[in-house]
Amino acid sequence: MHFGIANILFLIIFVAGVGYFTMNVRKLMRNIKLGKDVDRSDNKSARWKNMAMVALGQSKMVTRPIAGLLHIIVYVGFIIINIEVLEIIIDGIFGTHRIFQPILGNTVYGFLIGTFEILAVLVLVSVIIFWLRRNAIKLARFIKPEMKGWPKNDGNIILYFEVVLMTLFLTMNATDTSFQEAGIGNWISGSFASIYGENPETLHLIERGAWWAHIVGILIFLNYLYFSKHLHILLAFPNTFYANLKPKGQLTNVDSVTKEVMLMMDPTADPFAAPAEDETEGEPEKFGASDVTDLNWVQLLNAYTCTECGRCTSECPANQTGKKLSPRKIMMDTRDRLEEVGKNIDANKGEFVDDGKSLLDNYITKEELWACTSCNACVEACPIGIDPLSIIIDMRRYLVMEQSAAPTDLNNMMSNIENNGAPWPFNQMDRLNWKEEV
Amino acid sequence: MSETLKVPTMAEYMAEGKRPEVLFWVGCSGSFDDRAKKITKAFVKLMHRANVDFAVLGTEESCTGDPAKRAGNEFLFQMQAVTNIEVMNGYEIKKVVTACPHCFNTLKNEYPALGGNYEVLHHTQFLKSLLDKGRLTIEGGKFKGKRITFHDPCYLGRANNVYEAPRDLIRKLDVELVEMRKCKKNGLCCGAGGAQMFKEPEPGNKDVNIERTEQALETKPDIIAAGCPFCNTMMTDGVKGKEKEDSVEVMDVAELIANAQDL
Repeated sequence: MHFGIANILFLIIFVAGVGYFTMNVRKLMRNIKLGKDVDRSDNKSARWKNMAMVALGQSKMVTRPIAGLLHIIVYVGFIIINIEVLEIIIDGIFGTHRIFQPILGNTVYGFLIGTFEILAVLVLVSVIIFWLRRNAIKLARFIKPEMKGWPKNDGNIILYFEVVLMTLFLTMNATDTSFQEAGIGNWISGSFASIYGENPETLHLIERGAWWAHIVGILIFLNYLYFSKHLHILLAFPNTFYANLKPKGQLTNVDSVTKEVMLMMDPTADPFAAPAEDETEGEPEKFGASDVTDLNWVQLLNAYTCTECGRCTSECPANQTGKKLSPRKIMMDTRDRLEEVGKNIDANKGEFVDDGKSLLDNYITKEELWACTSCNACVEACPIGIDPLSIIIDMRRYLVMEQSAAPTDLNNMMSNIENNGAPWPFNQMDRLNWKEEV
Repeated sequence: MSETLKVPTMAEYMAEGKRPEVLFWVGCSGSFDDRAKKITKAFVKLMHRANVDFAVLGTEESCTGDPAKRAGNEFLFQMQAVTNIEVMNGYEIKKVVTACPHCFNTLKNEYPALGGNYEVLHHTQFLKSLLDKGRLTIEGGKFKGKRITFHDPCYLGRANNVYEAPRDLIRKLDVELVEMRKCKKNGLCCGAGGAQMFKEPEPGNKDVNIERTEQALETKPDIIAAGCPFCNTMMTDGVKGKEKEDSVEVMDVAELIANAQDL
């Protein structure tokens, strides 16, 4: 152990990295809590199971075998290599070198590091294929209109990060003379260690450089998450836990509407009655959603969780037939607007100041909303339980119940239901005529 | 067949002080749409064949509110729901069967919270249960050996995870059941759901029903089977659009079973 200036420097960088990330996580939670309340505390066992299967077990990723397999490699690499990161952090703080080696013994340690090295190579290969899919093969779902600019760069930056981090990890091992001499677990790094020459001082310099760059890179990546679509590596877990467990076809019944409908249907109700004493006459509740704060917190969590893979959009019947609707864009817009609202609150001492904008119109247009067939293909396609349909329906509710802004055809349909009990202009008294018709 | 079908109403049952085994919820499409009425009749004939003691609400039935709800009009939906629930609870309905997946979904999932608690079955589930109990027999008849592909209605399949009941019934017809590349939970919508049935589509480069019909035609079917009156309309229009109406028929599962036996 040589505790010295390097360790103090390490501690400062480490605390700063984790600290800034924690600050942003707090901001993220504050923003999610801007959403309306929704109770997802029921059926805990089914929720844990859903999280174990879908987030941890990646069960829905493999419905697309190529992307699914590559993703599992990168995911397993990410999880397992974290054991190595733990060692680096301990070494960094206490000035030790490969502290797990004597603790675990050469056989176990060698096996672990050897596995990490193989994984690192597999991750490198997968990431290169991912890059090709995005930039050379140009898979349709990666070049949709909403993927221009930052979303495209974001996707690539994440891949570059992984290439750099994996390369640094392998370089660090290859130039670690004591590790190479021990000959344990240097399965991959041992094969190319010679390219760095044999000068012990140069090797040590490269090893230290790679070691520092690796851990600093990981801290930068950690802090990059908040600004990136890559938050899913963390949020996929709560997102699958809090996901809707009810049948996909079941839309929520708006409680505030139920209250009014029951009042209307109750013959003993007095429409002019003064509100009961315990009832505070607050602002009448807004129906549906025109902005992010009208959505519930699970929908906002969904927006931060979305990693813009576009499986929803590629399954969407409206999108497949050239309509503007893209469920992925619904989620991206929701997040962008939520971030905007969050920044507004930060800039105005914790108080949102009207900026004359809203999720509806400034981000999501009516044309997109009315193109949805509510078929749930997007919900089914999402590998981590995001529900774009619920946002679309909430926004339609706003358009219809607050703005009376439905397309004319739909207004006709609705007045038919109101007047005749059918979406077409037929008389309810004719409902059984079919039995007489031959 | 010139005689009118025997279709008792709940009111008639009530007058006789009796209760039917099941309420047949016909739905707006099944009541008014000419094509869908054929499905309604086929299903009624099958229920008669299986000696099912059923009744309909007739003029007391009203839209479930599904298209209004999906269009965003929660008020209208709940008004419809509460009215229908009042009627059904008045008759002490316990079990409901319907040939429309939209009615099925709404009655089954969205009525309970408003006070309407019933056992709700899609007609393919109900027919399957009749088959399992030996009350109904299915034979291939004129469909024997035909190539049939089944189009999953979103509100039966993805929305409620019912994929096998209609397929089990079709297999009983001694036919070749072929699957589209997009089927079951990955099935493509026909384009009618979410109130799209009642409006013009947004600008795009194709209609959804054409896309879906093309997927169905890829399987080179003799018949496209459906389990929803709206899907039926969309697929029928799609087949016409592709000028295949002479070689490919679109039929409901109930029609297949009834027609095979010349009911």
